Amino acid sequence: MSLLEVRGLSKAFGGVRAVANVTFEVNAGELLALIGPNGAGKSTCFNMLNGQLTPDAGAIAFEGQSITGMKPRQVWRRGVGRTFQITATFSSMTVRENVQVALLSHHGRLKSLFTRACDQFVDEANALLERVGMRPQAERPCSVLAYGDLKRLELAVALANKPRLLLMDEPTAGMAPKERIALMALAADIVRTDNIGVLFTEHDMDVVFAHASRMIVLNRGELIAAGAPAAVRADPEVQRIYLGSRH
Amino acid sequence: MSPDAFAVQFLNGLASASTLFLIAVGLSLIFGVTRIVNFAHGSFYMLGIFVAYSLVTRIGDSPFGFWVSMLLAALVVAIVGLLVELVLLRRIYQAPELFQLLATFAVVLIVRDATLAIWGPEDLLGPRAPGLKGSVDILGRQFPTYDLVLICIGPAVLAALWFVLTRTRFGVLIRAATQDRDMVGALGVNQAWLFSGVFALGAFLAALGGALQLPREPANLGIDLVAIGEAFVVVVVGGMGSIPGAFLAAFIIAEIKAMCFAIGQTTLFGVSFSFSKLTLVVEFLVMAAVLIWRPWGLMGRPGAATRNAAEIEVPLKPADARTRKLGWVVLIALVLLPLVGTAFPYTIVLSIDILVAVLFATSLHFIMGPGGMHSFGHAAYFGLGAYGAGLLVKQLGWPMEGALAAAPVAAAVGALIFGWFCVRLSGVYLAMLTLAFAQIVWSIAFQWDELTGGSNGIVGLWPAEWLSEKWAYYYLTLTLTVAGVLLLWRVLLAPFGYALRAGRDSPLRADAIGIDVFHTQWMGFVLAGAVCGVAGGLFAFSKGSIAPEAISVGRSIDGLVMVLLGGIQTLSGPVVGAALFTWLQDLIAREFQYWRAALGFTILVLVLAFPLGVAGSIKRLFVKEVA
Ligand SMILES: Nc1ncnc2c1ncn2[C@@H]1O[C@H](COP(=O)(O)OP(=O)(O)OP(=O)(O)O)[C@@H](O)[C@H]1O
Ligand SMILES: [Mg+2]
Repeated sequence: MSLLEVRGLSKAFGGVRAVANVTFEVNAGELLALIGPNGAGKSTCFNMLNGQLTPDAGAIAFEGQSITGMKPRQVWRRGVGRTFQITATFSSMTVRENVQVALLSHHGRLKSLFTRACDQFVDEANALLERVGMRPQAERPCSVLAYGDLKRLELAVALANKPRLLLMDEPTAGMAPKERIALMALAADIVRTDNIGVLFTEHDMDVVFAHASRMIVLNRGELIAAGAPAAVRADPEVQRIYLGSRH
Repeated sequence: MSPDAFAVQFLNGLASASTLFLIAVGLSLIFGVTRIVNFAHGSFYMLGIFVAYSLVTRIGDSPFGFWVSMLLAALVVAIVGLLVELVLLRRIYQAPELFQLLATFAVVLIVRDATLAIWGPEDLLGPRAPGLKGSVDILGRQFPTYDLVLICIGPAVLAALWFVLTRTRFGVLIRAATQDRDMVGALGVNQAWLFSGVFALGAFLAALGGALQLPREPANLGIDLVAIGEAFVVVVVGGMGSIPGAFLAAFIIAEIKAMCFAIGQTTLFGVSFSFSKLTLVVEFLVMAAVLIWRPWGLMGRPGAATRNAAEIEVPLKPADARTRKLGWVVLIALVLLPLVGTAFPYTIVLSIDILVAVLFATSLHFIMGPGGMHSFGHAAYFGLGAYGAGLLVKQLGWPMEGALAAAPVAAAVGALIFGWFCVRLSGVYLAMLTLAFAQIVWSIAFQWDELTGGSNGIVGLWPAEWLSEKWAYYYLTLTLTVAGVLLLWRVLLAPFGYALRAGRDSPLRADAIGIDVFHTQWMGFVLAGAVCGVAGGLFAFSKGSIAPEAISVGRSIDGLVMVLLGGIQTLSGPVVGAALFTWLQDLIAREFQYWRAALGFTILVLVLAFPLGVAGSIKRLFVKEVA
């Protein structure tokens, strides 16, 4: 059984078929890259996987159980973390507090009215920040961070509930090349040590080919290729779509 | 209901719809283009009546003179509007939405006192329109000819606007700006000119609506707030920025009101019920229903009401040693106050008012700031607490202590119900729905004579024996206020408060890490309501009475001003703001006839000088790393 099984997933916005009958799997221990040109439906796919959008059709199963139609917070409780293409963080909190909120939520402590939040799970939060290289910036307000640092913070937040599946929508966008490599090396390391599955989208093909275990290709909502990176790279249709547009 | 009565009321409704449309359409246009919710729009309407009065009584003897006066009045007010735009609004288009509201509210205060200074406090009844003084026969009933003309003016203005919007360059730009603000910039248009033009046009239409009312109702100093309330309802029901929507909504609301009058007293299911009493609240019921069913209004588009990105906030921190020390100093001073206060009895009275205001403002800040829910109807929970306690004493003979303890419960129950609807919305729509609920509470208090004492309210609510000395009641108020404020601060620094802020900062992220944003905000709303109820209860027993006036929209607005004055981003902001506001208001009101204008100018100076609020700006001096 795969970690995540997606069958016939579809979503249309008005007349636009953003995602059409997409089927794929994510296994534990692999980094699966989801690629495709702008507007191919990648983010829409992600949004259905984590419950932010309700699919028009199709089924999503996580660890053998259906999560189709669940709310994002329910999907998260099952063990699916995600980062957003446009980073979503809590700008009125410090870096560490962002992680602490996620930890408090994971431990079911968010309803507490009188305990002091900033004293709780400090060590765990620091450890997570250490892991993504953000420990030195723990005390800074989140609103002053550079974009690349926000992306790393989001990763730390997404890891707070020890997810078994991580969805990363363009995790390296807006980063310098060196940072990109470091971040994906980190993701690969997490996959290896925690044996989790990662599904990520990425426009930078160097990053994809350097780190993906497998890849799937979307174009205009449809899945047009899947397989090992080398095989997908050789696929004529993939080449047709990517030649001229990028790379 | 007889057909003739029905016909006359229907026509009455149409006449009111015309006026309503004229006020609302300008508000909607201004919002559509500039994204400013212009509180001063009701003031333009009021100015329209007063200026028209002066003109008509001088040159309005002939039909020609009368209609020229109408247009001239509107033109004069349009120039006033233009000045407001040039001098004030131009500086604050990029400011956060609430900041803009506060500034336009200051304009309301200033215009009110300017009107008082120029025209005096008396109601002024204008002459009837020359040539249209008679009436026509409608199914055997008399209907004023002037009102028939009025009925035609609404659609005529709609047609004229339609022409302007579709056939002129100015109109095309207005529509483009309403649909997509960036597009205007892309067209390379002089945006400043467009904004000024739209603002002047809106003021012109509102003033025209006012001027045309002159033969029908006296020019009165209170109608600015009434008019703005009604105009907001029409704009929200019709859809912000939609002109046909404003027309449709004005028609629906005016007709429903007219029908309530037509039905009058009837017996429904064996219970006698007065529909005419419903007229005060019916528009708010309509608005509440529309907002719940179609939050973007009948003809608005979802997502049209974007607001400026909220200010970036400095993280909240538990008080450091220095702040704590300062807190202790303030607290000790407050405890010692009655010792010196006996020499100045008024100090104690004022201090009680200030403490009640502090509790009120802190509870509002709780949902407005960290909760991100901009309530325009916080007076509802103040009123529920005050009336709840008052009714328990008067109707059920409860002792004062028990009634005061029940005040937060009454308010919390109200917040539980209202909050469930309000929390689903955001931005301007949430503000309007909270306002609607507050208006419903107010009108129940105002209308239900048998229970609430109507406009006189409930009197004879005095503290228990052991609290009958002013200083004793002061200590009670001090204790409960300090407890309430510390409770809310504590909660904000607790995980629940973080969840609340998380839901405000990024609902997307909050949901994606397991936070039930709706539930969190709802519970925050209820908690704030409960604390506000304590303030209401304390208020009622300190004054010995509670009347509808004390829970009107004015109190909600005062609360907003206090919070914004102190600074929405700091925990101490509402405390400083409430104290400063109450003290200033008391000081100016005693010394100076035109205290509203003075307050208005003070607000303007403060908001222009301290965009972060007073406490926020002081804090900024000490905080090094701020975005
Ligand atoms: N909420 C929405 N409403 C309407 N259309 C939408 C919505 N979200 C996405 N779309 C459309 O669906 C299609 C897929 O968008 P999506 O964001 O999933 O693409 P993407 O592959 O993530 O692109 P990018 O690489 O630019 O991030 C696009 O045509 C987009 O315009
Ligand atoms: Mg995308």
